[in-house]
Amino acid sequence: PHRTQRRAPPGAAPAMNCRAEVLEVSVEGRQVEEAMLAVLHTVLLHRSTGKFHYKKEGTYSIGTVGTQDVDCDFIDFAYVRVSSEELDRALRKAVGEFKDALRSSGSDGMGQISLEFYQKKKSRWPFSDECIPWELWTIKVNVVNLANEQERQICREKVGEKLCEKIINIVEVMNRHEYLPKMPTQSEVDNVFDTSLKDVQPYLYKISYQITDSLGTSVTTTMRRLIKDTLAL
Amino acid sequence: AMDTDLSSQDRKDLDKFIKFFALKTVQVIVQARLGEKICTRSSSSPTGSDWFNLAIKDLPEVTHEAKKALAGQLPAVGRSMCVEISLKTSEGDSMELEIWCLEMNEKCDKEIKVSYTVYNRLSLLLKSLLAITRVTPAYRLSRKQGHEYVILYRIYFGEVQLSGLGEGFQTVRVGTVGTPVGTITLSCAYRINLAFMSTRQFERTPPIMGIIIDHFVDRPYPSSSPMHPCNYRAGEDNGAAYPSVEDSQEVCTTSFSTSPPSQCVFTVTKAHFQTPPPVVTDTLKVPVMGLAFSHQLSSSRLSYQPAALGVGSADMGYPLLFAGGLTAAHPHQLIGPGKEGGVPPIPSQPAHGTQADQERMCTPLDGVHYSAATPSSSEDTETVSNSSEGKCGSPHDLLETIFIRKVGAFVNKPVNQVTMANLDIPFAMFAPKNVELEDNDPMVNPPDSPETESPLQGSLHSEGSSSSSTGNTHDDFVMIDFKPAFSKDDILPMDLGTFYREFQNPPQLSSLSIDIGAQSMAEDLDSLPEKLAVHEKNVKEFDAFVETLQ
Repeated sequence: PHRTQRRAPPGAAPAMNCRAEVLEVSVEGRQVEEAMLAVLHTVLLHRSTGKFHYKKEGTYSIGTVGTQDVDCDFIDFAYVRVSSEELDRALRKAVGEFKDALRSSGSDGMGQISLEFYQKKKSRWPFSDECIPWELWTIKVNVVNLANEQERQICREKVGEKLCEKIINIVEVMNRHEYLPKMPTQSEVDNVFDTSLKDVQPYLYKISYQITDSLGTSVTTTMRRLIKDTLAL
Repeated sequence: AMDTDLSSQDRKDLDKFIKFFALKTVQVIVQARLGEKICTRSSSSPTGSDWFNLAIKDLPEVTHEAKKALAGQLPAVGRSMCVEISLKTSEGDSMELEIWCLEMNEKCDKEIKVSYTVYNRLSLLLKSLLAITRVTPAYRLSRKQGHEYVILYRIYFGEVQLSGLGEGFQTVRVGTVGTPVGTITLSCAYRINLAFMSTRQFERTPPIMGIIIDHFVDRPYPSSSPMHPCNYRAGEDNGAAYPSVEDSQEVCTTSFSTSPPSQCVFTVTKAHFQTPPPVVTDTLKVPVMGLAFSHQLSSSRLSYQPAALGVGSADMGYPLLFAGGLTAAHPHQLIGPGKEGGVPPIPSQPAHGTQADQERMCTPLDGVHYSAATPSSSEDTETVSNSSEGKCGSPHDLLETIFIRKVGAFVNKPVNQVTMANLDIPFAMFAPKNVELEDNDPMVNPPDSPETESPLQGSLHSEGSSSSSTGNTHDDFVMIDFKPAFSKDDILPMDLGTFYREFQNPPQLSSLSIDIGAQSMAEDLDSLPEKLAVHEKNVKEFDAFVETLQ
């Protein structure tokens, strides 16, 4: 039977039935990392569970997710993240690369970072597994340059307020209780969740980013799969 | 009839889930107001005592208070669990900041699986609560508590009372979870006007800056529990006073089954949820009155005095200095707290007409403050849409919108209401108002309060009922004393009132004029040929790059 690869090409619209949310922020250069981490961690807080432990007869128990407060240094803002150093490291790595790309692009400092949740669908040989996204969060970033300390001070507050709004928006989306992958059996768990972390279990996700130049087109486009490149073939 | 659809085991489980959800909700809220960063560890092995698979500590005193308030009942229709967060200064003034409400309505979802879907959604809701408790204004206030004020909590069960939050309070919905016996809703109503508070009498008069009113100290509810400080440490004082270990039968279920294939069915029907989304949508963009840039600096500096009780600014993002400066008409209506003088107490100024408020009005105050009027929160519905964020890159935008006051979600007004302030004239707020404010909206213009005995109060009242147009009532009031409870007046080098008066009618900012806008567009257009030339030069590079993508 013929199967078409349904993976969406980079930058294209997400696949059908994939919920897509877009958030926009304007920040100063030094605020990029904290703002991105705040949003990504808030989403992942809602999209991570405790580790599953499967027992006999198809039952499983779930571990416990701890949380912690994070204060931002460059923004008047605080957020809650899952207590998992591995997860935090992975996000910081992704955001760090995004920030570096933004900085080195030399353009007006516009870009976007995307967090995509997907499910794997195993195909028969010789076809490779499909990745079917079911939720896509895109954060569009506009980096501003401020002239002096007073402007920076105002920016701290303003960006803090804006991030509060973003958190409320994220929670609103989460509260819709829309499609979530069904809870998998033990053999299927790696198609739904990222089981590689030792203390928490987020849904399978990937982070990618794009930098746009001042003319608004993606002349320099960088698509990176920074975590969990599941398309090994 | 409802119960027959639900097996008795499911019913028992559901009741247990709701009970522990309520207890955990209280823990999350109170702990978020302790003033410290919270940190709990993830654990991959389930311990059997972490409800909803979340590591949320149980402070014994808080559990005790919550159980006392609930008194064995569960949230049900008309019986909501409320956690009230308030602030109390070292001088004894207090003010309600937030009310968190856990409510139950009648919309049932019969199809939903209790032990699985409801449980997981309650867990998700607790995560949302963790996130939301950090983004309301009281969070930042609570992180700075200790020196000049403390944050208190009070749990009550019954009808939600929002009138202590002042006018124009904002609401945010944390989330909802449908169950077979009703829909659980968790939301927060929070005060936004920290720098001043409004009274019904002063509805039409311009606000006084920096005055906090103490509504009442006596709680009107005989059954209400006393306030508790959020940063009470159970371990230090009465370690053994409260039972800290849950019974073994209260252990949460952490076992789930994957065998039924119907887990993918999410049957929460959205048609049931008709409550409007309470997220912040309308913001009142008020040009800060006539400030040249240097004076914006002073207000910013005011915001960041950590020792100062600048609650209107630093913690809100609103410059305290001009939080009240929405109209220039009555700069003298600053009246100090009557504690120092011999001014007799006045009844509190309740916000809106419910029966409870009527009772409250007769309660005498011991701390006396005179309140300031806010302009009705309906005045300006200019919406700062989210689309502006992507474009809001320039520092100009940042400076112009230094003061944003959010319109209360419960203010029921047409979205397209236009006032002078919507026009392009800067400081249009100060122009004489020709537009009719909503006279009929009780949230904005509540029924008159009764006469009072204080002569001062009487004269203020009569002033307040006159029109709020500018200019002609400048000298009717003499500033008695200016001691705002929540700001220090030694930060600025000059008297606040003088400053206010001096900068009432500043010249228009040049950046706001149309010419400058046109100029910068022209500049952009001029630079295009240059940019094109650069790209042309590099065309070979681009072509090579494109080649590599083929």
